[in-house]
Amino acid sequence: MTCDDYRELMMGCLDDELTADQRKTLESHLAGCARCRAEFDDFRKLKAITDDVTLLEPEDKLWEQYWGSLYNRLERGLGWIVFGVSAILLLIYGGFKMIEEIIKDPALGLGLKIGLLALIVGLAILLVSLVRERLYFRSRDRYKDVRR
Amino acid sequence: MPICACDDEGQLLQQCRRGSREAFEPVVKRYTKDAYRIALGLVGSRDDAMELSQEAFYRAFVNIRHLKPHAKFFPWFYQILRNLCFSHLRKRRLRRTSGLPQFDGEELTAAGGDWFDPHMVVERTENKDRVWQSIARLSPKHREVIILRHFRDMSYEQMAEALFCNKGTVMSRLYHARKMLKEILENSKGGHAYDL
Repeated sequence: MTCDDYRELMMGCLDDELTADQRKTLESHLAGCARCRAEFDDFRKLKAITDDVTLLEPEDKLWEQYWGSLYNRLERGLGWIVFGVSAILLLIYGGFKMIEEIIKDPALGLGLKIGLLALIVGLAILLVSLVRERLYFRSRDRYKDVRR
Repeated sequence: MPICACDDEGQLLQQCRRGSREAFEPVVKRYTKDAYRIALGLVGSRDDAMELSQEAFYRAFVNIRHLKPHAKFFPWFYQILRNLCFSHLRKRRLRRTSGLPQFDGEELTAAGGDWFDPHMVVERTENKDRVWQSIARLSPKHREVIILRHFRDMSYEQMAEALFCNKGTVMSRLYHARKMLKEILENSKGGHAYDL
């Protein structure tokens, strides 16, 4: 084994994750290799000073509000889904009814009928394009593949 | 830290799959502090850590059907959280570098701005401030293993589960992260890192 092969064992030893045999192997190497011994001692000091750093906790009030805030987010998420689906269905239904009315209405001139129909068709194309774009990005959502 | 899948957790998650938000509450409460602390360690801002941890729980609930029935929640959740945090760091980096010369991706770290403020450290001393700000200068992947090991006290096995790798890789990443941290500390002081 070269010195490089003992690096992982050094980490395991620092973090108390080695078996008795692994620890013995490392100790016998450190006893005969001044460079690795010095590196190991440096790492031990580094671990001590890093362990000494403790982060401030937020106020208890924030923990108490955490679930409430998350619950609202979950509820709003569901609300947006229901709102979106129903809005799309209503728009489709309203669009068809409007086209039907425009075509049947004798009071509207041909030019106005064509203009209104073009407006509706344009809106429909924009909506379909938007939905297709959303589906495209959804299919490439990196979180979708996070599975265990 | 409570990252084991407890007996009742499987039942709660099953109810979550059926859309029960109430069943999600104890799951969230079990991991709230860990999620916040990890996010804080990765992005270095209290507000961002709170927002990102909540967003991770939200996405976990929405995608809970992707979690296999007998799989542990935390390692799966951790992937969502770290992806969110890394994505947040990338966006922040883009905002900071717009109009400035482009640095090599890994070189530009979370340090700077109001992030990794030393006021987040308990019982502040000059040395503790220096260590915290040196951690901020590590690349996200190096910082991640330091945070999981030193600030969450996770075992190598738990880290391997959360990082989707084996224990050998965990030890190797820790070696490189600590070596880098040592170098940053030495350079920041202009001498030996441990004259503390």
